[in-house]
Amino acid sequence: MEKKPGWKDIPIGGLIPRAGNSHEYKTGGWRTWRPVHYPENCINCLVCFYSCPDSSILFEDGKIVGIDYDHCKGCGICARECLINKREMKKPEGERKLAIEMVLEEN
Amino acid sequence: MADRKIRQVKLSLTGNEAGAFALKQANPDVAAVFPITPQTELMHAFSAYVADGAVNTEMVYVESEHSAMSATVGAAAAGARAFTATSANGLALMWEIVYIAASLRLPIVMPVINRALSGPINIHCDHSDTMGARDAGWIQIFCENSQEVYDSLLCAFRIGENKKVLLPVMVTLDGFIISHTTEVVETIERDEDARAFIGPYEPWISLLDVDNPVTMGPLDLQDYYFEHKRQQVEAMTNAPAVIDEVFAAYGELTGRRYERVEKYRTDDAEVVLMSLGSTAGTAKEAVDVLRDEGLAVGHLKVRTFRPFPFDLVREALSGAKVVGVLDRSISFGAQYGPLCTEVMAAVHGKDVEIRNFIYGLGGRDIFVEQIAETGRSLYDLMRGKKDLPPQSYIGLRE
Repeated sequence: MEKKPGWKDIPIGGLIPRAGNSHEYKTGGWRTWRPVHYPENCINCLVCFYSCPDSSILFEDGKIVGIDYDHCKGCGICARECLINKREMKKPEGERKLAIEMVLEEN
Repeated sequence: MADRKIRQVKLSLTGNEAGAFALKQANPDVAAVFPITPQTELMHAFSAYVADGAVNTEMVYVESEHSAMSATVGAAAAGARAFTATSANGLALMWEIVYIAASLRLPIVMPVINRALSGPINIHCDHSDTMGARDAGWIQIFCENSQEVYDSLLCAFRIGENKKVLLPVMVTLDGFIISHTTEVVETIERDEDARAFIGPYEPWISLLDVDNPVTMGPLDLQDYYFEHKRQQVEAMTNAPAVIDEVFAAYGELTGRRYERVEKYRTDDAEVVLMSLGSTAGTAKEAVDVLRDEGLAVGHLKVRTFRPFPFDLVREALSGAKVVGVLDRSISFGAQYGPLCTEVMAAVHGKDVEIRNFIYGLGGRDIFVEQIAETGRSLYDLMRGKKDLPPQSYIGLRE
């Protein structure tokens, strides 16, 4: 187990004396539903990227390259806002080609 | 007195005016205010100082006490010397933020004008409001009269802002009994002298310090919260020495020397009465009456309820055979009132009889003769002539 500092060795009042460190706090463990990205169906419109409240849509060279599962809390906003999904959801269940699909976490 | 470096002047002030005057001399950066009886006149008086340009304080008129404490916390987090004031239900509405102020270690000062909590609604004095906040992590100083209100508020800034403490400080005064009663108050004549005593404010943290960005009040779960609570315990543990130091410096400056407890004729007393706030004055009169009757009775006043002066109380009661503790609030379902519970803990293991008396709820008057009669019954208890239940009432109709 990681050894954490005692009460004499941490800042008082719960202060975090450094900026820009929220990425160190892994919130992915809160997730119940996991978004799965299918690049073959994705048109890289970036609606998911702009909609994500946790900056967890990974984006490089004009393309969505994956999802940051360390910080994604599984809210499902990306899948709901996805333009491809909006079109595909009108089709019968077996024929849909979603760009982001929410699947239940296994544990 | 002549060799003192400062000059003092006697003014005729109510408790609320004495509080406002001390705060005017302190000249804090920010005040957030919402009116509630009997606190309202304090902030009325202070807002007049703001309007007259006598202070540089930024006055924030908020829409509730929850907002008043929130604005005060925000100002303090920004590095300002900030205060607010309240009473009873106002303190109750602040509740959430009262704890946050202490947890964030912001040395806010807050006069609380003691008033009974609803319901049924009552605007008069008892201590149920501040006693409810006794576990919030604030230092609590109880005042007997307007003079103590003035003096305690000037000391409060220096106590709370001390780097070994960094805790908010509540200065309490009994609603109407002190807040609306005019008394002679000796004050420091020049504001600069009062300000010099408090000293310039050097905040330990400021959200406006953009070169050193910090996060205040983040999520603090199983892994660190406990450690932060232990730090608050440490601050409370450090407070008595700092309070003594500040009281001593204030005594040096003004000639008015305070202790965390005040002993009155306790040295040879067999029976000791104890109380908080304005009742202490009445109780000391009762002690004189009983002394004239040949009874060895004394009074012990507690000034700092938090941190509770366990060592001083234990020492002061070392010769007592019977102690009568007067509580102006009830802890429903507890065996004793809040003050008596602390006294029991302070004398634990000692051979002394303790009886608790609840009195004065909702502003019911307490008279010298009632306390004298209580002292006599405690004397009878000591002599084996009478039995008294652990807790009983003074001034209650059966």
